[in-house]
Amino acid sequence: MAGRTSSDSTYVPEGIADEFTQGAPSSGEQPRPGRPSAPVLGLVGTLRWMWRQLTSMRVALMLLMLLAVAAVPGSVLPQRNQDAAGVITYLAEHPTAGEWLDRAGFFDVYSSVWFSAIYILLFVSLVGCILPRSAAHYRALRGRPPRVPSRFHRFPAKATATTTASPQEAADAVAARLRGTLPWLPTFRVDQGEEAARGARPATRTVSAERGYLRETGNLVFHLALVGLLVSVATGQLLHYRGQAIVTEGRGFANAVVDYDTFEKGSWFRPGSLVPFSMTLDRFESEFASDTVAFAQARDFTAHVTVSEPDGEQRPEQIKVNHPIVVDGAKIYLQGNGFAPEITVHDAEGEVAFAGRVTFIPEDTMYTSRGVVKVPDVSPGLDQIGLVGYFLPTAEANEDGSVRSAFPQPVDPLLVLEVYTGDLGLDDGSPQNVYELDTASLTPALDEQGERVKVLARPGETVDLPDGLGTLTLGENLPRYVALDLRHDPSLTFVLVFSLLALAGLTVSLFTPRRRVWARAYTGPDGATVVEVAGLARGDDAGLQAEVDRALEAVPAAVRVQEQEPETRDVPAVPAAPDRTGSEKD
Amino acid sequence: MELANLSVLLVWGAATALAVALIAFSIDLSRLSGARVEARDATRERVAVAAGGVADAPRDGTPEDGAPGPVNRRYAGVGMSVTWLAAVLLLVAIVLRGIAAGRTPWANMYEFTLVGAFVAVAVFAIVSTRRDVRFLGAFVTFLGTLFLVTAQTRFFVEATGVQPALQKYWLVIHVGVAIVATGIFTVAFVTSVLQLLRDARDNGSPVLGSARWGWLDHTPAPAALESLSFRLNAVAFVLWTFTIIGGAIWAEDAWGRYWGWDPKEVWSFIVWVVYAAYLHARTTRGWSGTRAAWFVVAGYACVLFNFTGVNLIFNGKHSYSGL
Ligand code: HEM
Repeated sequence: MAGRTSSDSTYVPEGIADEFTQGAPSSGEQPRPGRPSAPVLGLVGTLRWMWRQLTSMRVALMLLMLLAVAAVPGSVLPQRNQDAAGVITYLAEHPTAGEWLDRAGFFDVYSSVWFSAIYILLFVSLVGCILPRSAAHYRALRGRPPRVPSRFHRFPAKATATTTASPQEAADAVAARLRGTLPWLPTFRVDQGEEAARGARPATRTVSAERGYLRETGNLVFHLALVGLLVSVATGQLLHYRGQAIVTEGRGFANAVVDYDTFEKGSWFRPGSLVPFSMTLDRFESEFASDTVAFAQARDFTAHVTVSEPDGEQRPEQIKVNHPIVVDGAKIYLQGNGFAPEITVHDAEGEVAFAGRVTFIPEDTMYTSRGVVKVPDVSPGLDQIGLVGYFLPTAEANEDGSVRSAFPQPVDPLLVLEVYTGDLGLDDGSPQNVYELDTASLTPALDEQGERVKVLARPGETVDLPDGLGTLTLGENLPRYVALDLRHDPSLTFVLVFSLLALAGLTVSLFTPRRRVWARAYTGPDGATVVEVAGLARGDDAGLQAEVDRALEAVPAAVRVQEQEPETRDVPAVPAAPDRTGSEKD
Repeated sequence: MELANLSVLLVWGAATALAVALIAFSIDLSRLSGARVEARDATRERVAVAAGGVADAPRDGTPEDGAPGPVNRRYAGVGMSVTWLAAVLLLVAIVLRGIAAGRTPWANMYEFTLVGAFVAVAVFAIVSTRRDVRFLGAFVTFLGTLFLVTAQTRFFVEATGVQPALQKYWLVIHVGVAIVATGIFTVAFVTSVLQLLRDARDNGSPVLGSARWGWLDHTPAPAALESLSFRLNAVAFVLWTFTIIGGAIWAEDAWGRYWGWDPKEVWSFIVWVVYAAYLHARTTRGWSGTRAAWFVVAGYACVLFNFTGVNLIFNGKHSYSGL
């Protein structure tokens, strides 16, 4: 076994238990898994030996198990690319363990060195295993069925009959049955031959037949498709880009890196691959359940948009959850939505210090939404003002004076803001998170009791800011915003095709029976023709005996001869595959 | 909500029927155990006489050996009929639930459990029309009862519509196929467990060798159980592969990426890899048979965890349990 080279016409990965390719079934004892017997291997020998180990079934098995285990921590610990905030919280709560886990890549499991090492080794092993098998299979596809084995008694399926027909007629009948009825699509590949009389044996007509080459084909297609899948996914990672943009009703954005709020790309991405279309959000509609069972559950979100192509062509489109639109190869998804009320702030001098739509991000299913307004110091000598708080589509006051939203639609909208003054850092030009206000260095506006002042405004109202800071106006209508995700991944088609190929290959390989059937017909001692048929299958095959029986039934005037030693008596329905269970004791 | 209430009642009815079937199948197994003891004693005597001395009968696992006529398996028949009844009740309950909610009835954990239990019971019932798998009955009905009671008491949510991310025909395909795969994995798991038990008994395990486990001698030989389990697992594995591909296609539309290592995706992947390892183990020298069966046990543990643990413990995009 250890001496097998890849030039053998039947390549078998090291360590595979496969009676089919190895000829006749063994009578029980398996040879011990190939331990290298030569003590002195030399460098080339050692490398060869290592390669054969790597491409062996046992190593493939180990690597698969390792892969399963290695995938687990990524589901238990927060992962950076999905839940960056979760990672920060975890690190804060477990400073020591967290740091070590972080160093070992446990917060980026699926791009960590160890996870990558496992699957890369697995795929190297796979390629090393599959290429020689493909070559061997290619040769086998053009080969003929194997010669009739000298003895039938060890085969898992066999049957004997006597007939008055001549051995030639019997053999012809068996061969015809095995070939099947369609001349252009034979079920079995069949060879007929004869053996001259030798010793006690009379002259014999033989039939050898094989079917199910597709099984191995399917298996190889499956494994190769996995390689194709990995390559496609990796290519997609390198070429893709993804941008997020927040767009309010009546406004638009252009497909350019600068127009996105966040933009992420693979290392082979070129800005030239952004087609410069633009898009306007005409209207956003949402629908929520109002029955008691599913109160306020989302039912439908639709963004009505107009897409303008670079050539000036315009067309209306609808984006829904689950129904992205495709524009110039890029998919646009509706990922979120909320309210972006119009807020105007006049400072103490009466100047407009801020006017614009402010995105409030929903924090619960009732759209209790949080937002921040950063008001610059327009009139000289005044402080910058920071406003932070909630927009409530349907305001509901609690006992303790706090408010929250009771329904996602704007039934009774209310804006509730706290007011801060100080240096917001708007002037020093450093990039700012528009959704966060760092209140640590700011002074909150307090009332006489020392409580923070809350400014309340309803649509169309103008209210005074505390401490004579000015006024705030909430616009009459409440524009909605949508969060759009735009993604381009040129490998998608390949990923899909290879996945489906893998599925097809797998199905073919698992459900195609691979069988060999042999027959012998000769004149017995009493002058009648004896026909013996034996079958061998790859793996478990419930239909093998039936196949053998069918072949025998084709013989004209056949009379079955009962076998002497039935072996598997307590197996009522499922014939046992040989040597598959329990016998492998180390 | 009339239909929804009726559906809940029918589920209780199905659970009761399964429990009755469980009892019937258990009685059947215990009778088989008794029969086995008699058979063994008979064999012992014969051997002792033949050898003219004290010799223990070799356990060859063939119940016919010296068995005093076929065992009456009336209770297994009762179990089988009641199992069919349970399957029908459950099917009606699921259909009513779907009508009440106005959509496909497998959009949350409660419904998934109902349908999964139905598939397991139905696969068992259907396979039993083609071959004698009555020995699986007690285990399948036990798991079925357990699933239904857990669903009713722990996972129940009112029947209603679904959120926009779930409104797609992929809900029918992806989740439907996942449930069918899970149901088949369940029956295959039971078969592999029996294979392990039987194998241990045949190899003289002190615990399993006792008379109480005598019914094991009436199950097919380990090799036959192995091959039945393999065939079921092969079907379920293909369906699971399809589930993952379908899920990825759906995620591409619903979440804007086909794969993102969300906890549910991670565990579906783990399940897939473990069963792939099982398929390799079967053909690896020294790993087939008993060892491969342990992969089925591990794989099924992952299936169950993927379904319960991932929904209830982790916070991922698949938080559709409604709990
Ligand atoms: C990504 C890693 C791999 C996966 C997911 C995988 C998956 C599978 C699956 C699902 C099967 C059963 C279906 C069938 O028979 O076609 C299978 C069979 C097989 N695999 Fe792999 N495989 C992987 C790597 C490998 C490697 C590295 C080798 C070589 C050492 C290998 C050799 C085989 C062989 C020989 C069979 C046929 C077994 C038989 O039925 O005789 N596989 N593989």
